[in-house]
Amino acid sequence: MRPAYTRSVPAPAVEVIDLVKRYGDLVAVDGLSFEVPAATVTAVLGPNGAGKTSTVECCEGYRRPDRGSVRVLGLDPRRDGHRLRPRVGVMLQQGGIYPTVRAVEMLRHVAGLHAHPLDVDMLVERLGLGATGRTPFRRLSGGQQQRLSLALAVVGRPELVFLDEPTAGLDPQARRATWDLIAQLRTDGVTVVLTTHYLEEAERLADRVLVVDHGRVIAAGSPAELTHREGQGALRFRAPAGLDLASLRAALPDAVTVAESSSGGYEVRGALDPHLVAAVTTWCATHGVMPEGLTLARRSLEDVFLELTGRELR
Amino acid sequence: MSRTDPVPDHPFAPRPGAAGVPQMLARQTSLELRLLLRNGEQLLITLVIPILVLVGVSLVHAVDVGSGRRIDVVTPGVFSLAVLSTAFTSLAIATGFERRYGVLKRLGATPLPRWGLIAAKSATVLVVELGQLLVLAGVASSLGWSPRGSWLELVPLLLVGTAAFSGLGLLMAGTLRAEATLAAANLVWLLLLAGGGIIVPLSRLPAGVAAGLSVLPSAALTEGMRAVLQHGSGLPAGPLVVLAVWALLGVGTASVAFRWE
Ligand SMILES: Nc1ncnc2c1ncn2[C@@H]1O[C@H](COP(=O)(O)OP(=O)(O)O)[C@@H](O)[C@H]1O
Ligand SMILES: [Mg+2]
Repeated sequence: MRPAYTRSVPAPAVEVIDLVKRYGDLVAVDGLSFEVPAATVTAVLGPNGAGKTSTVECCEGYRRPDRGSVRVLGLDPRRDGHRLRPRVGVMLQQGGIYPTVRAVEMLRHVAGLHAHPLDVDMLVERLGLGATGRTPFRRLSGGQQQRLSLALAVVGRPELVFLDEPTAGLDPQARRATWDLIAQLRTDGVTVVLTTHYLEEAERLADRVLVVDHGRVIAAGSPAELTHREGQGALRFRAPAGLDLASLRAALPDAVTVAESSSGGYEVRGALDPHLVAAVTTWCATHGVMPEGLTLARRSLEDVFLELTGRELR
Repeated sequence: MSRTDPVPDHPFAPRPGAAGVPQMLARQTSLELRLLLRNGEQLLITLVIPILVLVGVSLVHAVDVGSGRRIDVVTPGVFSLAVLSTAFTSLAIATGFERRYGVLKRLGATPLPRWGLIAAKSATVLVVELGQLLVLAGVASSLGWSPRGSWLELVPLLLVGTAAFSGLGLLMAGTLRAEATLAAANLVWLLLLAGGGIIVPLSRLPAGVAAGLSVLPSAALTEGMRAVLQHGSGLPAGPLVVLAVWALLGVGTASVAFRWE
């Protein structure tokens, strides 16, 4: 049998249709559907309690969906678990490691459960775990624990990894190491599904973002698609107070709004593209206005989330 | 370059696969053994206390252990205590905390099958028991112990006894909270040590009490050990049957009721 990642017509690595997961009366996942194309990074973005872990753990075979179907690498994670386990790497949101084990010892152990594991020393070095020595797991810093957990997910050279909040609580340097590793996984053809409530992480790493709230997908697409939808954006500059806004407005495309948001502070909102920028600066040149501090602000995922839910992400 | 080397520019290129089952079992057993030996509290209950009991009860004439040389009566009981400590108390506590810390859950995502994890735990228990029996036999010999029966006859007794205690230990670890398992496993250990037919032979007790105690796995294992080692009377059927019933009950219930998360 040929492994899935050499198939000529790539099937989705993960296919979730109409997934529902309940805990008693609480509906944690409420009819969620998505597909994860092979060799891409998908970020499931949402606030705490959105249902991210429940969704991922249904894909990992830990939790039984109450409704809907979940296919992972074309298989049923609960029925075909034994066939999926060597092919799928898992990083739990927390726990999973013996309190008294040493980091490298644990990594070598899990490597030894696989047929063609990664070079453990390379992984230790890449994730900065070399200094952990004989320290038992429970005494490692939170960041070191997280990175070990990530290393365990990838050491078996899986086709697909599920990373549940891989950078929660990491310092900037450790977060950077984790991002680099995830980017490398993608380059090397590993499919990555990660959950996060960091917008920056989703924007930077993901090919596709699923914005999840109350167990539903409220928006999905590439970071660019999500932030460019409805062409929202803002161009800001400073100039002398009291410019003729009607004249500026008349020089710009129809769907654009113009405002002096503070005295001498101007904001042009609309579909940001090079033509709009040129039109604004041309009007300024014609009227002898120097647009000081000209900046372009794309809509961020944060804005998207705020717009869709009326709430801040965190 | 061998085929197992990753492509230089693509170190993470997928190459999934499980290790061979014997290798996985050997690795898991070796890890469990190392973690156990690193744990001081477990060593206390599996080795230090049994040695203290062996030396104490055989040298200090505070407990009436009946006829026969004290050391010959006490040693089989301490062997049985060693099995109780390892197969029941130590296994239950370790497994309970592994469950609580999500280790069992996480291992469930590795290629090691669940039955493989149980097999590795059983192998670990048997290796530790072997070590305990060697050390305890050494201490007992230095105190003048002279066993009669054949060590080989102990093997079925040890295996069935270990199965009985392990099943009960896993049942506890897989259903109670870790703290409850910790408390209960230690309490049961203490109760069986004090009144479970381990120190005082059933023959020294009133008939009714002895009959009641004889259905306990601790008493059955100890009586079996004494029959072989003290009286040289061959493998006794009664205790073996009692232990087999406990093993079926314990392992059977555990395999249904055990919750991995
Ligand atoms: N095992 C469980 N039992 C009961 N409720 C749960 C359980 N797991 C999660 N929940 C609840 O389901 C909702 C979604 O949780 P979760 O999937 O962990 O979300 P997220 O990972 O996005 O924070 C939350 O309200 C949470 O409290
Ligand atoms: Mg979560």
